[in-house]
Order: sequence, then C-alpha cells, then structure tokens
Amino acid sequence: MAGAGGRAPLGRCWGRGKGRGGGDSRGITSPLSFTPPGFKRWLSSSAPAPRVCVVGSGPAGFYTAQHILKHHNGAQVDIYEKLPVPFGLVRFGVAPDHPEVKNVINAFTQTARLERCAYYGNITVGRDVTVAELRQAYHAVVLSYGAEDNRVLGIPGENLSGVYSARAFVGWYNGLPENRDLKPDLSCETALIVGHGNVALDIARILLSPLSLLRKTDITDCSLAALACSKVKRVWLVGRRGPLQVAFTIKELREMINLPGARPVLNPADFTGLENAIKDAPRPRKRLTELMIKTALEKPGEKTVEVQAAATQAVAPREWGLKFQRSPQEVLPTADGRRGSGDSAKAVPTGDVEELECGLVLSSIGYRSLPLDPSVPFNTQRGIIPNSSGRVEGVPGLYCSGWVKRGPTGVIITTMNDSFDTAQSVLEDLQVGVLDVSASREGFGAVGSILRSRGVHPVSFSDWEKIDAAEVARGKAAGKPREKIVDPQEMLQLIGH
Amino acid sequence: MAASMAAASGGSVTRRLLRGAARGLSGGGGGGGGGAAAEEPEGAVVNVVFVDRTGRHVPVRGRVGDNVLHLAQRHGLELEGACEASLACSTCHVYVSTPHLDRLPAPDEREEDLLDQAPQLQENSRLGCQIVLGPELEGAHFTLPRVTRNFYVDGHVPKPH
Repeated sequence: MAGAGGRAPLGRCWGRGKGRGGGDSRGITSPLSFTPPGFKRWLSSSAPAPRVCVVGSGPAGFYTAQHILKHHNGAQVDIYEKLPVPFGLVRFGVAPDHPEVKNVINAFTQTARLERCAYYGNITVGRDVTVAELRQAYHAVVLSYGAEDNRVLGIPGENLSGVYSARAFVGWYNGLPENRDLKPDLSCETALIVGHGNVALDIARILLSPLSLLRKTDITDCSLAALACSKVKRVWLVGRRGPLQVAFTIKELREMINLPGARPVLNPADFTGLENAIKDAPRPRKRLTELMIKTALEKPGEKTVEVQAAATQAVAPREWGLKFQRSPQEVLPTADGRRGSGDSAKAVPTGDVEELECGLVLSSIGYRSLPLDPSVPFNTQRGIIPNSSGRVEGVPGLYCSGWVKRGPTGVIITTMNDSFDTAQSVLEDLQVGVLDVSASREGFGAVGSILRSRGVHPVSFSDWEKIDAAEVARGKAAGKPREKIVDPQEMLQLIGH
Repeated sequence: MAASMAAASGGSVTRRLLRGAARGLSGGGGGGGGGAAAEEPEGAVVNVVFVDRTGRHVPVRGRVGDNVLHLAQRHGLELEGACEASLACSTCHVYVSTPHLDRLPAPDEREEDLLDQAPQLQENSRLGCQIVLGPELEGAHFTLPRVTRNFYVDGHVPKPH
C-alpha cells in the first residue's frame, strides 16, 4: 500500500518497537477510511502538498496534527509553540504525582518525529508572527493555544499577598517559566481553595502529600524545598454550590480520601437526603456522590492505619474538607494590612456571613483563554473562538481545537475527540476543495525569513530532545524522572541559541 | 438515555460484580493474562471483530493473551491508548458484545472510575486495555464509540465556507 511519493503509509503502528508505517495485511485501514463514503482518495502527483499550521503544542495541537497526518498521505503539518518546550498542559498542568497521564507524550513524540511533521518552539504567534502571515504561508491554520489565563473572583482583597490563582500555583510546582518566581508563602496552617474541580483537588493533594511521595516525582526542586518547609496542615475546598454540583471526578476524590497521613473532614449535614436525590442520576454523578456520602458518614474509629499511627505519634494528621454553598465575599488583610488572612464567605441562601481563618487563599474557579490576534474573532464572554466543528466563523481556512474551541474543561479524552473533530473538518475541506490547494504555499519557508528578520530563533524538536535529555540526566541523581529547567534562557543556552 | 442508564446501572453493575467475584474464586480472570489463559495453550487463536468508528467491521485473528487495545492498534484501528494501559485515561473505551461482556472479569474500581469519564458510556462499556483475550471471547465484537460532531439543533448543516 504505497503512499504518495513512495513514502510509507501511516499505518496504526504507534506501539514501541514497531516500525513506522505498514501493519499487517489483515484489516489495515486505508488512510481515508475515516471519511464519509463518496470522498475521493487524495492523489499526490498532481497537486502541491497541503500545508497546515497548528498553533499550540499541547494535547489539542498534537492530536489535531496526528489525525490530519494519519488521514492525509501528503499533508505537511507544522506545530508552533510559544515556549521552547512542547506539550502544554501535559507538561505544565498534569500533577507531578500523575506520571501515567503523561505517557501520552510518547504518542506526541512519535507524531513530531514523522517526516511530514515539524515542531517550531519559541515562537509567540500574535507577536513574532501574525495569524495573517501564517494564513498566507499555509493552506490551513489551526489555533490550539489553550487557556493561559484564569477567571478572577472579583472580590476585595484578591490582590493581597497570600492570594494566588490555582493556575499560577500549579504552574509554579510544575515549572512553568512565568510562575517560577511565585514564592508562595506556606507558613500558615490553613489553606483555603475556592473551587470544587480537579485542579482544586490536585493542589490540596500536593499541599498535603507526604514529602516522601513528592520527592520521587518531576515536581520542581524549588517547590519541593518550599513544601518541605510548609506549615500547611489543613486545606478547605470551598464552593458556591452544593455536593451535587462538584466538578471534580471520582478518581481524584478517591485519591484524596486515601492520601496517607491526611483525613477527610466532611460534614454529614451537607449530605442529608442526597441518597434519594441521586437515585436516578447518571452513573458518574451517582457514584461520586455515594463516595462523598460514605466518607462523610464514616465514624472516627474507621480511620486509616496511617492516620492512627500519626495520632499515636502525637503528630496531628493533616486534614482537608469540603465546604458548600459559600461564595467568597472578601479576603481580609492581617493587622498590618498587607497579607490576606481571612476569607469571609457568604452561605447561600441564609445570608449568613462566616469568617474562615486561613493564611493562604487559592482561587481555582477556572482557566480562561485570551484573544490571540485582532484578526481572529473571539467571544470574550465565553472565552472561546466562535466556531462550528472547529471551523472559525467567518474566516475560511482558520480552525480551532481544544480549550480555545470548547472552553477550559475536560480530560484528555475530551480534548482528543474534540481535536479529531476539528481535524475532520480540515480533511473534509481539503477533500471538497473548500481549501484551495491548487497553488502551493511556502509554509515555514516563508515564516522562517519573517522570524529571522525579527530576531526570533525557533527551537526544533531535536533541540527539545537535547533539553529533555538534560532534564532527565539532572533528575536521575535525585531519583526523579526529570529535573525541569524553568528558565527559558537556560533552555536556549543549552541548545546553543 | 440518562434515566435508562441510571435504572440499569444500579442492578447490572451489582450483577457484574457478583459474576466477577465468582470467576475470581475459581481462579479465572484474565486481567493479567494469567487465569483463564493458563488452561489453554498459549497462542491459540481467538477470532474477534472490531467495529471501527464508521461502522466498518474488521475481523481480526487474535491470540489468547492478547491485550485488546494493542491488538486493535496492530491492526490499524483508531483506538488510542493515551496513558499506555496504565489505568489513567479512558481513551481506549470500547463497547463489548453480549454475551462476551459477562464473560469478562468484572472491572475493578479504578476502571469503573475511569469509565465514568468516558463519553457515551453504556452498559457494555469497558476499557480496551483491560481486556485480555481468552477462548471465551471467540466471536466477540469490540465497537469503538462514534465521535459525535456538533450539529445544529434544527438540523441545519453548515455550508463549508
């Protein structure tokens, strides 16, 4: 099954140890088997190769690229990334103690190494090169740049020191360059996280995890040192709605409940009557709520072995709990007026105001996308690029995938399906001629000279592999999978830029 | 659909758990490729069918001990395994035909938790990476969930621009 120009077809052979292309003769899918019946197979000999640009190298960018490359045997896909290093939230968002989730990097690496795929890091689209310039250089441009900002509480005291966005805190412990100087103050006993999603649980877990567990992860050395000195032993997760509206998922909740050395503090009163309410709920909601109810009703005598051991050693176990139907009204400063120290909250609907003593406040109420470029329509209210099936409204040849298309929620499978959906739109448009590929485009050939004239040096995938190798080597001595380099200048120096 | 899903889930999940427990006691269970496979010669053929996302049936000659996710991938099916079979995602979600579904060892709690995150969850949903072929799966159909597109509510199909 020869592909265009004698290149190997893109068989489904992502497994390690398998060669590229081919597969066996039983049941191999043809490159366009996924397209609806009636569409012609693309022929390479007569038309120039379609050139596609993907902006963003996180899961959305890579899954979109992967799907296009698999189903079109001539397309060339270039993936652009703002940072020198790729992989977006897989590298900077997934918690350090969830290494299996990061295995997807292997699939993305295989895609990046394909002949028809190229990675260009250290390029900020919208500043170093405009979307208009990309649209001239490529037949299609896909925006997959995610959500780099966060929603704000909009309450007095939000800007006091001691108050951080969850996004910045996660970026800090995951080595995101822009958050490396966060220096969160962990000298208080009680931390308050506003939000009931998986990010809130991740942060609670990192704050309360035994150091022995964190030490072997790819958490940055700097964060590890700060956590080693942390006095935080109690974390409240406060949300404005009730138990039936929590956004976190059961796997993460169970992990928190089973965290060694920490005990859950759930108020049974918050869960009265819920057994009945969830009788007909969809399975995920039902199982999640049942777990919360069970945990809330557990008697003190049923503590885990570790917690009992901690108790006998007169070390107070760490604790965490959920508070419902409270909206933060204000972060109150300490006596010297500088640091956040309390967080008055309003319980709905009684109108009661309660003060929660804490020294650290983290707002975890959602990420948010930002507009990239004036030429790209953006719905500020929803924080997404207006689109249908990934086709940007009113801008032919422009597409979007991932959080900037759908909003900043979901797990890897959500983004994967969404990216395949956008890729399908691109493939359809190539097939039916909506994207005019009769004239060739220069792709990176054109962009490269623009970047040179602006003094921008892109980082290649093999450059990234040097950085990767250095990180892994540095981590080895400490028994960590890697020691992340957090300074972009250091990354660039390492590769000789 | 949610109501029927919910109505079915309570009872049938319990049923599946009981069946799984029975299999466990008799030494069965193919989670690690041991169990049932030990009674059959390693490498005996198991014929299965994958149904891809367009509905196309792809017959595959598997072998006892084959992992369904890897088998699918070797045969060009578009089944992703983002976490590489480490029970940390739900991208290898498949539907299993009856009666083969009930011959599988019950999913453990970790798989059930991940299935909760799979779009279009059904009674016969399983993670492909947790299914190991044994002779009891002869003739099984593994269907990949259709990826739904965004259609306009009123049936309007947007003209490509």
